[in-house]
Amino acid sequence: MLADKDRIFQNLYGLHDWGLKGARERGAWDGTKAILEKGRDWIINEMKASGLRGRGGAGFPTGMKWSFMPKEYKDGRPGYLVVNADESEPGTCKDREIMRHDPHLLIEGCLIAGFAMGASAGYIYIRGEYVRERERLQAAIDQAYDAKLIGQKNIHGYPFELYVHHGAGAYICGEETALLESLEGKKGMPRLKPPFPANVGLYGCPTTVNNVESIAVAPDILRRGAAWFAGFGRPNNFGTKLFCISGHVNKPCNVEEAMSIPFRELIETHAGGIRGGWDNLLAVIPGGSSVPVVPAHQIIDCPMDFDALKDLKSGLGTAAVIVMDKSTDIVNAIARISYFYKHESCGQCTPCREGTGWMWRVLTRMVEGRAQKREIDQLLEVAGQVEGHTICALGDAAAWPVQGLIRHFRGEIEKRIDQYAANPHSEPVRMAAE
Amino acid sequence: MAKLIVDGTEIDVPPEYTLLQACEAAGAEIPRFCFHERLSIAGNCRMCLVEVKGSPKPVASCAWAVKDCRPGPNGEPPVVNTKTAMVKKAREGVMEFLLINHPLDCPICDQGGECDLQDQAMAYGVDSSRYEENKRAVEDKYIGPLVKTFMTRCIQCTRCIRFASEVAGVPELGAIGRGEDMEITTYLEHAMTSELQGNVIDLCPVGALTSKPYAFQARPWELIKTESVDVMDAVGSNIRVDTRGREVLRVLPRLNEDINEEWISDKTRFIWDGLRTQRLDQPYVRERGKLRPATWNEAFAAIAKKVKGVKPEKIGAIVGDLASVEEVFALKDLIEKLGSPHIDCRQDGVQIDPSLGRAGYIFNATIAGIDEADSIMIVGSNPRREAPILNARIRKRWRAGGVKIGVIGERANLTYDYEYLGTGPESLANFKPGRDKTKKPLWIIGQGALARKDGTSVLAAFMKAAISAGALSDGWNGISMLHTAASRVGALDVGAVPGEGGMTVEEMAKKDALGVLFLLGADEIEVEKGAFAVYIGTHGDRGAHRADVILPGAAYTEKSGIYVNTEGRPQLANRAAFPPGDAREDWAILRALSEQLEAKLGYDSLAELRRAMMQKHPHLGKIGQIERADASALEKIAKLAGNVDKTAFASPITEFYLTNPIARASAVMAECAALAAQRPLQAAE
Repeated sequence: MLADKDRIFQNLYGLHDWGLKGARERGAWDGTKAILEKGRDWIINEMKASGLRGRGGAGFPTGMKWSFMPKEYKDGRPGYLVVNADESEPGTCKDREIMRHDPHLLIEGCLIAGFAMGASAGYIYIRGEYVRERERLQAAIDQAYDAKLIGQKNIHGYPFELYVHHGAGAYICGEETALLESLEGKKGMPRLKPPFPANVGLYGCPTTVNNVESIAVAPDILRRGAAWFAGFGRPNNFGTKLFCISGHVNKPCNVEEAMSIPFRELIETHAGGIRGGWDNLLAVIPGGSSVPVVPAHQIIDCPMDFDALKDLKSGLGTAAVIVMDKSTDIVNAIARISYFYKHESCGQCTPCREGTGWMWRVLTRMVEGRAQKREIDQLLEVAGQVEGHTICALGDAAAWPVQGLIRHFRGEIEKRIDQYAANPHSEPVRMAAE
Repeated sequence: MAKLIVDGTEIDVPPEYTLLQACEAAGAEIPRFCFHERLSIAGNCRMCLVEVKGSPKPVASCAWAVKDCRPGPNGEPPVVNTKTAMVKKAREGVMEFLLINHPLDCPICDQGGECDLQDQAMAYGVDSSRYEENKRAVEDKYIGPLVKTFMTRCIQCTRCIRFASEVAGVPELGAIGRGEDMEITTYLEHAMTSELQGNVIDLCPVGALTSKPYAFQARPWELIKTESVDVMDAVGSNIRVDTRGREVLRVLPRLNEDINEEWISDKTRFIWDGLRTQRLDQPYVRERGKLRPATWNEAFAAIAKKVKGVKPEKIGAIVGDLASVEEVFALKDLIEKLGSPHIDCRQDGVQIDPSLGRAGYIFNATIAGIDEADSIMIVGSNPRREAPILNARIRKRWRAGGVKIGVIGERANLTYDYEYLGTGPESLANFKPGRDKTKKPLWIIGQGALARKDGTSVLAAFMKAAISAGALSDGWNGISMLHTAASRVGALDVGAVPGEGGMTVEEMAKKDALGVLFLLGADEIEVEKGAFAVYIGTHGDRGAHRADVILPGAAYTEKSGIYVNTEGRPQLANRAAFPPGDAREDWAILRALSEQLEAKLGYDSLAELRRAMMQKHPHLGKIGQIERADASALEKIAKLAGNVDKTAFASPITEFYLTNPIARASAVMAECAALAAQRPLQAAE
């Protein structure tokens, strides 16, 4: 178990003061100026050395991402830091806790990240439904401005503006280029890449989009040193991570843990075990709704990190661990996820626009068993036709859960089809004994 | 240049090419729906996926530049495959997705036979559908009287949206909803206001946007296609006239990069119903104040009687706006043979003197030259109404950036930003070239600035200002006149202006000014009482109402004729249909009439007429080419400066949809005009 002293988010549960005073007591804004004085290259190298991988789901090394920004801004275009706080992935609720209980870590991170990439301003794009979180974050930013921690003439000597932009509640706006479109006031539809945001991003200027958690952990990494952060987890998966454990556990919670902690230990230590014991575990979605489901026997002793879960053909994603016990109607669960992606598809690319609805409709029938067995393979093929054929990753995210379901629970679907075929009624037939 | 291997063949293409362009250069065919050469890249239909070696996913070739491809590990050129199993599967997948919610109502769809989706489904799709759910239905939208919608067929390629906001410059179309509920519509289903909206019909790759007037009229394979030239404005857009039997059923644009690219205005496209109604299909003679049907011989005899009774100097002729050069030439010939100097083609009374030189009245910069201009000054013109296609070209130039546009005259919404420099001649006189003199300034003067008493002086002031701004330099002549009448430049070329002592249009139209007045399709002027009017034309419009004898002529789709556009480019309009009833081609009418008037014209066929005309005016024989005019004429005109009055310039076109007799006979144009008239009221709400 991660020692309390190694926790970055010391007010994750909101037990202490969220404000500037409380944050300072917990170590935020300590020596920020000294960090900035070490220079951009030092910060980026330190971030690279820490091995921090982006916490938004894709796991791209954060330090490397920062290094893509121009070294000098010669053509008159400023650089921007954009923080993706459009946390909408079902099961994920980590950024929300950071923003309402430890907002100063994020604000400090923005200043440091902004400095490291030479950005003149930062935008925090916050999810539409996060109203209170936006208020809290704005209040914290106001505190930081008042204390001259950020702004044009701040005590850190690097002019940096920070704005909060409130989204309107669309999942797709969490895709980095759709987020930029939305921030510019347009319809949230992903842009074609290349050009990548680091060349042509917000308002056509070099932009880096980072997840809230990636930014919020940066100050502590730089304060405590890359070696400290790299001391947790397996190689290529270093650091600590917020896990959002939900579903059929005894005590669902958000918790900061070391990467690569085995699933069993994570659940036993923090979530009070599986409801009904380990034998009752059916499956786990380990990284938010978009990653494929993993059946119990595969996940139980799996280290929770990017590479191990990738080997299981799933992913760590946002580390939103959705635990499902044997009472779960797994087909229905995935059908519901499928509905979510159908609902949130922006409608730009053909495969995603048409394919998400198709998959959801077929799955809805399969919940009842009202389908043919050949349709299972057909569904898998349709999912394959969506995956990788779209502008953004929403098409992939819609296809993966379906693929995961069929990979591991084909038998369950077939069983339902058999049951329905034996009794093809929409209403269940009452048994004589009842 | 960058090297690239497409399907095993190595090619050399510019690095900024997209993969789609590169593949086409290599001879590989790439299917597409959303991609269009003249619109921005959307990359959303995913039909153009190709395999790029090294990339795990197929790549949208329309959006991927050659320079974005990574070379192989040893510096080999990037490899692109368009025929592999991966590509085939990707295309089949996309095709299947496109079709699952497409109604497949091809038998009742107007796009049938010329549908991209149909064609590409044949070429790249699979034979059957695996989709067993219910199909999505989308409510049809009202977007105006010209474009019919059938939105269930829409495949959300967004070409129409991009056209409206980029080319037409009226961002009226948009997509509402998201995911599979995404729908294309105008805001609150208002009618589109663009005068180029018909082009979305051509752009739509499926039958979602089709032509409302043409709905359920014909199948494309039944139609005879004739390449021709439009006469609704002086741009001379290249068109294709589709006919079945003797009826024109639709007009489509033809590609001509130098003129209309591939757009045409709504007036050009939807005018065809006007070719059927109000037609003059037999001669008429006025007896006791009433027109009665007559035979050709009766009509000719009536004219001959009248002509013989008046002195030659009491005979005159006015050339209308839709006449081809041949008939103008024949009419001028006839009037000269009758011994009269009175002929004029300047129906709107513009002060243009062709004897000063051809450069003085053509669009010297050429329409394609707009793309090169680095500053544009528009004087006394509203190009959006006078020549929508040319206005779209100016907008295209404006969108490319690095151009300053100024306007003197009417302050109108031209779909691009401009600096407003004043209302009338004094703003022109006060013009001082600033320090930021550009290399290729384009100066456009419209007919609105010339159709006034002080027109000559205004033109002189314009020339002076334009020359001082540097519009005339080595290799660049940016001094351009924008005409509104299709016949005008050709008529000026053959010298259809008053000879020595001849009367202008205004003088001829006065009461009792003449004994006999020939009106060659002249419908835009009020001829006062007195003269015996002979109207040669197509429609029962103003000219026919005034006429004492009507000789039914042929409309522009019913005769072969040369039209010279505002650039001075002669173009050949071909006959697509025959004139109705007893109507004849205008030149033939004049030839037959000349015999009766004992002033026989010296040509018996159109070919002979053309030969005679081209002998006199050789440049009219160079079809499709512009004879560069001698720019010294411009300096001559600049010296004519005289007094100008202070009245503001006004565009000669107040009602875009009703500028000529064909348009006024068209029900579609009437509906458009009525809608356009309501628009200011809506805005005021």
